[in-house]
Amino acid sequence: MLARTWNSDLAYNFRTSPVALASAALALILIVAAAFAPWIAPHDPTDVASLSLMDSFKPPLGMADAEWSNPFGTDNQGRDVLSAIMFGMRISLLVGFLSVLFAIVVGVAIGLLAGYAGGIIDTLLMRVADVQLTFPSILTALLTDGVITAALPRTMREGLQIYVIIFAIGISLWPNFARTVRGSTLVERNKDYVMAARVIGVPSWRIMLSHVLPNVIGPVMVIGTLGLGLAIIAEATLSFLGVGLPPTQPSLGTLIRFGNDFLFSGQWWITVFPGLTLILMVLAINLLGDWLRDALNPRLR
Amino acid sequence: MPAQPEPPVGCMPMTKLKVLEAVAVSHYFDVSRPFLQRVFTREPRRMLRAVDDVSFAIAPGTTFALVGESGCGKSTIARLAVGLYAATDGDILFENQPLSSARAQPALRRRMNMIFQDPYASLNPRWRVTDIVAEPIRAFKLATGSADIQARVGALLAQVSLTPRDGEKYPHEFSGGQRQRISIARALASEPDFLVCDEPTSALDVSVQAQILNLMRDLQQRLGLTYLFISHNLAVVRHMADRLGVMYLGRIVEQGPAEAIFRAPRHPYTRLLLDAIPDLEQVGRARTPVGGELPSPIAPPPGCAFHPRCPLANARCRVEKPAHTTAGDVQVACHAVAEGRDA
Amino acid sequence: MALLEVQDLTVEFPGRRGTLRALDKVSFNIEAGEILGVVGESGAGKSLTGAAIVGLLERPGRIAGGQVRFDGQRIDNLPPEPMRRLRGRRIGMIFQDPLTTLNPLYTIGRQLTETMQTHARLSDAEARTKAIGWLDRVGIPAAAHRIDAYPHEFSGGQRQRVVIALALCADPVLVIADEPTTALDVSIQAQIITLLKDLTRDHGTAVMLVTHDMGVIAETADRVAVMYAGRIAEIGPVAAVIRHPAHPYSDGLMASIPSLEHRVDRLRQIDGAMPRLDAIPNGCRFNPRCPRVFDRCRQEQPELLDAGATRAACWLHAHD
Ligand SMILES: Nc1ncnc2c1ncn2[C@@H]1O[C@H](COP(=O)(O)OP(=O)(O)OP(=O)(O)O)[C@@H](O)[C@H]1O
Ligand SMILES: Nc1ncnc2c1ncn2[C@@H]1O[C@H](COP(=O)(O)OP(=O)(O)OP(=O)(O)O)[C@@H](O)[C@H]1O
Ligand code: SF4
Ligand code: SF4
Ligand SMILES: [Mg+2]
Ligand SMILES: [Mg+2]
Repeated sequence: MLARTWNSDLAYNFRTSPVALASAALALILIVAAAFAPWIAPHDPTDVASLSLMDSFKPPLGMADAEWSNPFGTDNQGRDVLSAIMFGMRISLLVGFLSVLFAIVVGVAIGLLAGYAGGIIDTLLMRVADVQLTFPSILTALLTDGVITAALPRTMREGLQIYVIIFAIGISLWPNFARTVRGSTLVERNKDYVMAARVIGVPSWRIMLSHVLPNVIGPVMVIGTLGLGLAIIAEATLSFLGVGLPPTQPSLGTLIRFGNDFLFSGQWWITVFPGLTLILMVLAINLLGDWLRDALNPRLR
Repeated sequence: MPAQPEPPVGCMPMTKLKVLEAVAVSHYFDVSRPFLQRVFTREPRRMLRAVDDVSFAIAPGTTFALVGESGCGKSTIARLAVGLYAATDGDILFENQPLSSARAQPALRRRMNMIFQDPYASLNPRWRVTDIVAEPIRAFKLATGSADIQARVGALLAQVSLTPRDGEKYPHEFSGGQRQRISIARALASEPDFLVCDEPTSALDVSVQAQILNLMRDLQQRLGLTYLFISHNLAVVRHMADRLGVMYLGRIVEQGPAEAIFRAPRHPYTRLLLDAIPDLEQVGRARTPVGGELPSPIAPPPGCAFHPRCPLANARCRVEKPAHTTAGDVQVACHAVAEGRDA
Repeated sequence: MALLEVQDLTVEFPGRRGTLRALDKVSFNIEAGEILGVVGESGAGKSLTGAAIVGLLERPGRIAGGQVRFDGQRIDNLPPEPMRRLRGRRIGMIFQDPLTTLNPLYTIGRQLTETMQTHARLSDAEARTKAIGWLDRVGIPAAAHRIDAYPHEFSGGQRQRVVIALALCADPVLVIADEPTTALDVSIQAQIITLLKDLTRDHGTAVMLVTHDMGVIAETADRVAVMYAGRIAEIGPVAAVIRHPAHPYSDGLMASIPSLEHRVDRLRQIDGAMPRLDAIPNGCRFNPRCPRVFDRCRQEQPELLDAGATRAACWLHAHD
């Protein structure tokens, strides 16, 4: 199995593409830094007791008064910016992954159903997707987030906020998956291997899951990767606007918003470093997505 | 036209046994442009008559073959026969029951299977060969336990001259002909007794084709299989068929015992078809293609659809659709034959 | 100098259990205006030969030795980009699998016009008219209506003809046609063959025609190569190979063709199967199935030897 994967077209393409290798390496570094933040971050930004106003507004390395223990400087409460970024990425990535996963499950299920069933079901589902696609996805996410938050009892809001955000962003992304999957399903369901299964009476749901799904999943991986970038940005935007995650769970977007207040008083590093991290992360993910799209497209051969 | 076709040869007229029977079956495809576009361009709906008023019956243990030009509706009949398409008009009976109710019973459904035309599209590229061949075994629970299933799959692969070890591979690792053999192994896996074979050997070279055709005849003799056999290769059809139907533009224009038709073809199209066969003896000969415009199945010529290309066409042919006339055991739909102008 | 020269072409698939050699020192030439037929057992490497020439081997397959020269230039080592241009413009490829060429999401009209427009400056309307013309030439009825249909709306044979139109519409110098007529009945086959012959006569197009239909080969090809287990077993003028095959495998092949003249109970078949690539026998590859096998066959592998009108890789024709 390993040998087969290693020798496959995709793996070969990957090994020989500098862009793919570089962006994968960058993404890997960022993901590792985020995943292992509690063990490798120089400080624990969530430990309020260890904070001291004495340490506030330390500049990053390369400026006067910088200290090695805070390479990216500290914020107004004396929190280490680098550590805050590593913990913030954790939340950003978690929200990003889970909302894309949610969108994939919903989108793929709807796309398969629409493509395989056809007729009125197809028309209805795709109309909904089309209408939703005419709005910018961030608007959909904002609206969904607002409506659900308003509907929740005040006491539960903070605890559930992260799930609400995941749901809101996931909902804003599903039509992309549904449309692609429906397109490929329309093609696959006419192929003879599906006919062969139908002749012996394999039930439709089984055909969809075991025959069609594996053959339409390629494009889903591409859109999923590109969607991860979108989801991370969406979450940052919501948090930046103050309707995202509560300050007790600061993501990159929250960090940027806090830092923004100090941008003009000279402490630029508090907002610029989280911002740069966000850009790098999304860039690496998008480059990977673009590469995957080209590598999986047989027409470009 | 008679509602009930003549019983096949070699079969007692009294019993009229049939595995599959098609009675005046038609199938149309809607090839209109999308609704809105049609409204703007004021185009009418367009129907493509892939199969038009076709009747035939297949007796147990025999082979009914269909030949005809590419696009004349052979694969559509194949798909109708196993219930993949629903007939627009007419009835299909399997073991004297309407096909849809026969297919609702697993015991009857198990008894029919199909071999597809295109060896590239008929195998799921993401499945291992073992799983492909095992699918019918699992679907009908013909074996339980993976060792048992493996053993059966191995035996099936060996039957089509592949080895059990080929089962671990994926379809893309095989050549076109090897894939077709996998597809045949899958069709045999459900132990069917009625097999629809849509060009089963056109992707095979002659030596493998000889092996497969011999295998299919052996199976027929041993297990009493019934075949609906589709091919455009007349030599192959001659080798396999008991009865033969010649199709032109969705209709069966001549049908009867294969020997009789090959010996004395009566319909002008059948004659042209037999003349157009490439000949090994005549290296480098320039063949005269069947002349004339290829007819469109969307707007078929009025009267006899073959008239624009028929050497015997006359005024009547251009307006009146010929009905089937029966001479002996052969049915022909042609005015010239009915009028005795064909000699 | 021939238009296409293939010399000692060797293709290998490195894999877990060692390297499989799927083509072993295959050599042949095709002159401009000539049609070379390629026949042989399913899995013998016919499609692979075509794919290797145009640089479309599927990974991990690779050319492990030999050369391919097109118009005097080596093309086996061309980088992907120039190879792709060459393939679109000067070499037309008709794949055995229509689905590799046809994009299921676009109408066939769009695919044809796009192909033509990348090679010649044509307005949309001109391209469309030409596309309809090509569909007509390959025998798609009601071409003007069917041009906006999607690939799955065509019958098997019609799809194959669309692929042929796609390969020919850019006026290539060399056409590699892999089973272009398998799904076609005799009359349309005749039309396609006439089309190919016209191209070779009028434009000097060279054609490598892979097929297992001996009738088509007899009628179309000038020379024919018979392949077995990754090697050329026999090559020579078509009449000689068909009437007096010098290699026992070609002989068996010709004998298994079903005949229209009389019906036999069993077709003559060559018993056994072609060896798997990981179990190629020593000596002559055909020896386990050969009716005329003798000692030397099991020890030494024969190269192509003069055998009257043709050249055959068989020890029966050794004169030393
Ligand atoms: N899904 C479809 N939608 C519209 N038209 C179709 C569809 N499937 C087939 N057709 C048309 O119906 C006619 C008959 O097709 P069919 O596949 O039965 O032909 P065939 O006799 O099997 O030909 P071949 O020998 O080329 O496979 C053709 O004109 C074809 O274009
Ligand atoms: N991707 C692959 N991996 C491993 N083996 C392969 C692969 N592709 C082809 N082969 C092997 O190479 C051999 C030659 O295949 P090829 O497709 O050239 O056969 P062919 O002569 O065209 O046969 P056919 O007439 O059946 O199409 C076959 O034995 C096949 O199993
Ligand atoms: S009915 Fe007329 S046109 Fe049709 S086949 Fe007979 S003679 Fe020819
Ligand atoms: S070399 Fe020997 S085994 Fe091979 S084909 Fe000739 S006679 Fe047969
Ligand atoms: Mg067909
Ligand atoms: Mg091939």
